[in-house]
Amino acid sequence: MIEIRLEKALGAFSLDIDLTLPSDGISALFGASGAGKSSILNAVAGLLRPDTGRIALGERVLFDSSRGIDTPVRNRRLGVVFQDGRLFPHMTVRSNLLYGTPADGTAAPPTFDDVVDLLGVSHLLDRRPGDLSGGERQRVAIGRALLMKPDVLLMDEPLAALDGARKAEILPMLSELRALRRIPILYVSHQMDEVVRLADTLVLVDGGRIAAMDSVEALTSRLDLRHLTGRHEAGSVLRGTVTGSDTEWGLTELSVGGAKLFVSTLGLERGTPVRLRIRARDVAIALTPPEDASFLNMLPATVAEIAEADGASLDISLALSDAPHAPRLWARITRRSADRLGLRLGLPVHALLKTVGIDRHTLAGPHK
Amino acid sequence: MEPLLSETEATALWVTLKVAFWSVTASILPAIAVAMALARGRFPGKSVLDGIIHLPLVLPPVVVGYLLLVLFSRNGPLGLWLKSTFDVSIAFSWQGAALASAVMAFPLIVRAIRLSLEAIDPGLESAARTLGAGRLRVLLTVTLPLSLPGLLAGTILGFARSLGEFGATITFVSNIPGETQTLPLALFSEAQIPGGEAAAVRLTLISVAIAFIALGASELLARRMRARIGLKERGPS
Repeated sequence: MIEIRLEKALGAFSLDIDLTLPSDGISALFGASGAGKSSILNAVAGLLRPDTGRIALGERVLFDSSRGIDTPVRNRRLGVVFQDGRLFPHMTVRSNLLYGTPADGTAAPPTFDDVVDLLGVSHLLDRRPGDLSGGERQRVAIGRALLMKPDVLLMDEPLAALDGARKAEILPMLSELRALRRIPILYVSHQMDEVVRLADTLVLVDGGRIAAMDSVEALTSRLDLRHLTGRHEAGSVLRGTVTGSDTEWGLTELSVGGAKLFVSTLGLERGTPVRLRIRARDVAIALTPPEDASFLNMLPATVAEIAEADGASLDISLALSDAPHAPRLWARITRRSADRLGLRLGLPVHALLKTVGIDRHTLAGPHK
Repeated sequence: MEPLLSETEATALWVTLKVAFWSVTASILPAIAVAMALARGRFPGKSVLDGIIHLPLVLPPVVVGYLLLVLFSRNGPLGLWLKSTFDVSIAFSWQGAALASAVMAFPLIVRAIRLSLEAIDPGLESAARTLGAGRLRVLLTVTLPLSLPGLLAGTILGFARSLGEFGATITFVSNIPGETQTLPLALFSEAQIPGGEAAAVRLTLISVAIAFIALGASELLARRMRARIGLKERGPS
């Protein structure tokens, strides 16, 4: 368990955090710029000293104002990946990677070769950071943090400075990191696609406070949090499994909470867990399944929640079954359509999804 | 065949190089420490230290030379202490000339190092700390290597300043051929006597040549160094 309790006044802004994170998996701190995400990370790393509070990794107390404990940064054994990489410009990539490797811990996993292979930087070892592209630099920065054999990996928007293609290249590597060293990862981001792709636990940070913490699926299905989770590209996140493939039509069949869903072929083996993000605007609602429409996916559902969206729209949360924690889809439709259909809580409906609405970009890939 | 330099001139050249070399060499470590303190430190009296360090830049060199004379003459407080503790006297010796040069060049060296220290991204140092490096390791592996261009610029600047030192030197250690007579002092002497023009011209040419060699060497080194530490564009300031 990672315990983070802290108060810190930063000019007019103040942080007041009380957070307990699981000691396994990736926890994403998500929020707008200036919400205080990076400050939380810096406090854990020891680069920002809280006014009061307690930060502990299980039994290991890093900071405790009441007991006067403030472990120096260099003794915290936390691997930090900064947004700007912060590679040492005067050293080769190899020296950068090895800078934090403990003299006595070279045998502990992961080995230098494992990290270099995973991140695909073997051909860069003798170059200097000045000659690297942005994506290469971040890969080296991630490798450097891993090779210090940290107890926790802290990542502060490591992909924020990269374009879509570079991001897509690094994201799968991040998912695979945990195969090399099973440690908790704290991942700061303001990009929902990264969070969906990586996070097991989602922590919403707003105005220096923790607004909510739960699984990504649970938080993205809550309409009361949509101002925090869905400012851009509002949508819900669902967990599913690959159940089959249809080579004739180039489709993959997924099972999501018992419902069947077809998406364009993913090339994944049967049984592979996946996580998908379905944008609210890609979901339509019908009272009876239309016989003559092109929608490939029509899922029976129940109206679980109705909330005002901006202007002419409503946000409708649709439960895919009657179970208490059933997966939920989020549909954004016009107020006029809702009125015409007579939508009300508990009404059985059909959610209509265009297959193309679930493409590789919104699909989070193999996920445990 | 007549030698290129007369014996007096050759001696003056030798004294000049010796004085400049030792004044810079002895200044480097204290200059790094002071630049560190001024760039990073937070302590009471910082602005006073800053002022004292920069004083030789604004004071007439003769005043600096006179102050040194008062302090280090055989009866001056520091002169007496040096005599009783180490049994040495630096008044009217080439070591005294080196001290005068060092005092005059010190603010320039400190300034160059300080500027390059301030240009270092403090984020790199915190990154090193998160990787387990203690203060000394951060200093030796990150801070100092990254401030090498400034260190080099400061050294060259200090060396050049020492080559040209005149006022403080002549006031403090006088103009003794073979001991404290550097090129500028020799040039001054030659210019004072009738028929010394030819010698004065030769001394002038020597001075110009040394200046060029120093500048060229520093440019070459700076370029190499910048390439080595991976900085594309950051000249020694």
